[in-house]
Amino acid sequence: MQPQALDTIMEGRRSQPNQLIEVLHDVQQNYGYIPKEAIESVSQGLGVPLIEVYRVASFYKAFRLKPSGKNVLTMCTGTACHVRGSHLLLDHATSQLGIKPGEVTPDGLFSVEHVNCLGACALGPIVAENGSYHRHMTPAKLRKLIETLSRQKTEDAHHAKAQ
Amino acid sequence: MPRLNSYRELEHLRQRLREQRQNITTTVMVCGGPGCQASHSQAVIDAVRSELSSQGLDNSVRLCVTGCHGFCEQGPVIVIEPGNIFYCRVSPEDAFEIVYQTVMKGEVIERLLYEDPVSGKRIRTEAEIPFYKAQDQQLLSKHRMVDPHSIEDYIVAGGYAALPRVLNGISPEEIISEIKSAGLRGRGGGGFPTGRKWAECMEAPGDEKYVICNADEGDPGAYMDRGVLEGNPHLVLEGMMIGARAIGARKGYIYVRNEYPLAVKNSRIAVEQARELGLLGDNILGSSFSFDVDIARGGGAFVCGESTALMASIEGKVGEPRAKDVHTVVDGLYHKPTTLNNVETWANVPAIVLNGSSWFASKGTKRSKGTKILSLTGRIKNTGLVEVAMGTSIREVVFDIGGGGANGNRIKAVQTGGPSGGCLPLDKFDLAVDFDVLAEAGSMIGSGGMVVMDEETCMVDVAKYFLTFLQDESCGKCVPCRLGIDRMLEIITDITEGRGRMEQLDLLEELADTVSQTALCGLGKTAPNPVLSTLRYFRPEYEAHIKEKKCPAGVCKALITYWIDPDKCTGCGVCISGCVHEAITGEKKQPHIIDAQLCQKCGICRSECKFDAIQVV
Repeated sequence: MQPQALDTIMEGRRSQPNQLIEVLHDVQQNYGYIPKEAIESVSQGLGVPLIEVYRVASFYKAFRLKPSGKNVLTMCTGTACHVRGSHLLLDHATSQLGIKPGEVTPDGLFSVEHVNCLGACALGPIVAENGSYHRHMTPAKLRKLIETLSRQKTEDAHHAKAQ
Repeated sequence: MPRLNSYRELEHLRQRLREQRQNITTTVMVCGGPGCQASHSQAVIDAVRSELSSQGLDNSVRLCVTGCHGFCEQGPVIVIEPGNIFYCRVSPEDAFEIVYQTVMKGEVIERLLYEDPVSGKRIRTEAEIPFYKAQDQQLLSKHRMVDPHSIEDYIVAGGYAALPRVLNGISPEEIISEIKSAGLRGRGGGGFPTGRKWAECMEAPGDEKYVICNADEGDPGAYMDRGVLEGNPHLVLEGMMIGARAIGARKGYIYVRNEYPLAVKNSRIAVEQARELGLLGDNILGSSFSFDVDIARGGGAFVCGESTALMASIEGKVGEPRAKDVHTVVDGLYHKPTTLNNVETWANVPAIVLNGSSWFASKGTKRSKGTKILSLTGRIKNTGLVEVAMGTSIREVVFDIGGGGANGNRIKAVQTGGPSGGCLPLDKFDLAVDFDVLAEAGSMIGSGGMVVMDEETCMVDVAKYFLTFLQDESCGKCVPCRLGIDRMLEIITDITEGRGRMEQLDLLEELADTVSQTALCGLGKTAPNPVLSTLRYFRPEYEAHIKEKKCPAGVCKALITYWIDPDKCTGCGVCISGCVHEAITGEKKQPHIIDAQLCQKCGICRSECKFDAIQVV
């Protein structure tokens, strides 16, 4: 964790407890998750008790307390996606990768998350891969997507070795 | 741009901008809304821009990246004015032809036109497409020529014309009386009369007051607020300015979902631009009115759609609702009088001030006025954002605009109002989109989500889906909601997994009744609605699950079996290579067979099969 980034985030917000959620968003955007050290610094900086910072960070779904995988697969489980079979997608991703929603694969390559709605309901089911939307997904397309992303990792590794 | 110090300066600016644009002969509007973006509209935008530039058309043709046009299913869409030519499913490779043929020569490219699935004919203009023809777009049409990143576009299109009226001339009391006579009701779900809310807030004691725009849009399967805020943020801001003037607020917040990065970005840009022009800040347009707006990002908690929870969240706290013995119009954000309205409600305000309450009230029904944006999704042909006059029947929305079931499937229900709403069966489709009519039928308009369901949707599974959602989203503060939803979900899970007993249905109803009567906030009070409405209208489906241990729609995994129809199977082998569980066997060109013991019902084979041979019973 680079403490300088945290200083920039806290700038102009010190001792303002109402800025807690905004600060946590920025921390997550910067580090990819909310590190323990950041929770401590945010607590001191805003003048909010440590337990309250943790409570807020764990209450809201948007916040992640652990780092995510390199590829974050976000399954939309909104109603429109559900009636078009998104439950099969979530089942599939968790079984193919062997992890539960919110977890990271041991190689750090994937994490699977689900979100209540991504707001592109007309084109469901939607799966977001690091924020980029894949529309009209099916279990078969998802399987191929995961395979392609896994292959990229192997190719990257070969490439690195060759260099 | 320099700060505007008076109404006159604003009008001069409008005049000047319009004159500057006189030499623009053609406008190419490309949709940059969430649906079209998911269909890679950015690549289309880049291609059209570079094509216009290489043809030297930068000054005479305007490329306008707009908010959502509504017809997301057909994205990316482009509309070219003049001519109202509508192109759909455009790819970057089409850019050259669009610019060379349509923009430069005025010729229409047949293959990019929308094909009417009924007549099979290509339709040339947007206005003639049945999806649009049956709508009454009052709000959505406002951002057709507007780039949401350009305050100039909004001003040229006649924006910020209502604001000066409320600053000079109309008194706060008159604004409120106008909103009251218009009959505007809250578009977020409650349907509370907006004018009454404003009046109570104005009358509440205290100098420090707030207005809030709820753009948290937590209802799954609904995205109309995002469509409006992303597409036309200045319209929402102008509505908030008018509201703030009416109730006497100096500060406002837009509480927006963090899952909508474009909405966050566009509203931030809009606020900055409005500040620069002096439309936000101190002494707006030289008047005594000062008002500013901040953006607060939500944390992805559905319960924050509840007013007290939302306000707690803006204060940086956990989004737990509190008892509303004193309403938020008196004791709201930071314990000050606060007016909270949803995006669409705010967006309706400027036109009411400009055109008058009777104009607004001329549309709609006796108690539900104006238009409503619906998010038409699910198992239907034409999905997208749809705006209709209140009073339009569900049938018109689903069949005339939506075009009926996808793949020729039989539609059986529509779910309206999100997790607080309910499911209405086909024989209720003559009911009108109206706050009170839908509530009487056991559902609600809610924020406008309309998810269509067909014979392949299991209504028990839908009830289970909503209970799972609500169990996850319940903040846990009050017992009826925290434990009641849990117990209801337990029963429904039993039913969907083949352990259900008929007497559990009575218990389910009893629990639903208790939760709705005793929960603290709206989330808990309305949580039983999806269960109650499916029990009311689709009881035979529950009974099939319990008595026959069957899921008629083929959804509930524990009660279904996958099999291959030998008459349809061509023996192509795609399912065999796709099956990760090695459950499918068969020779080439011979019908294949699924081993039910090995099959995990993951659905891969079904989504791979091109011959519709894989069936579920």
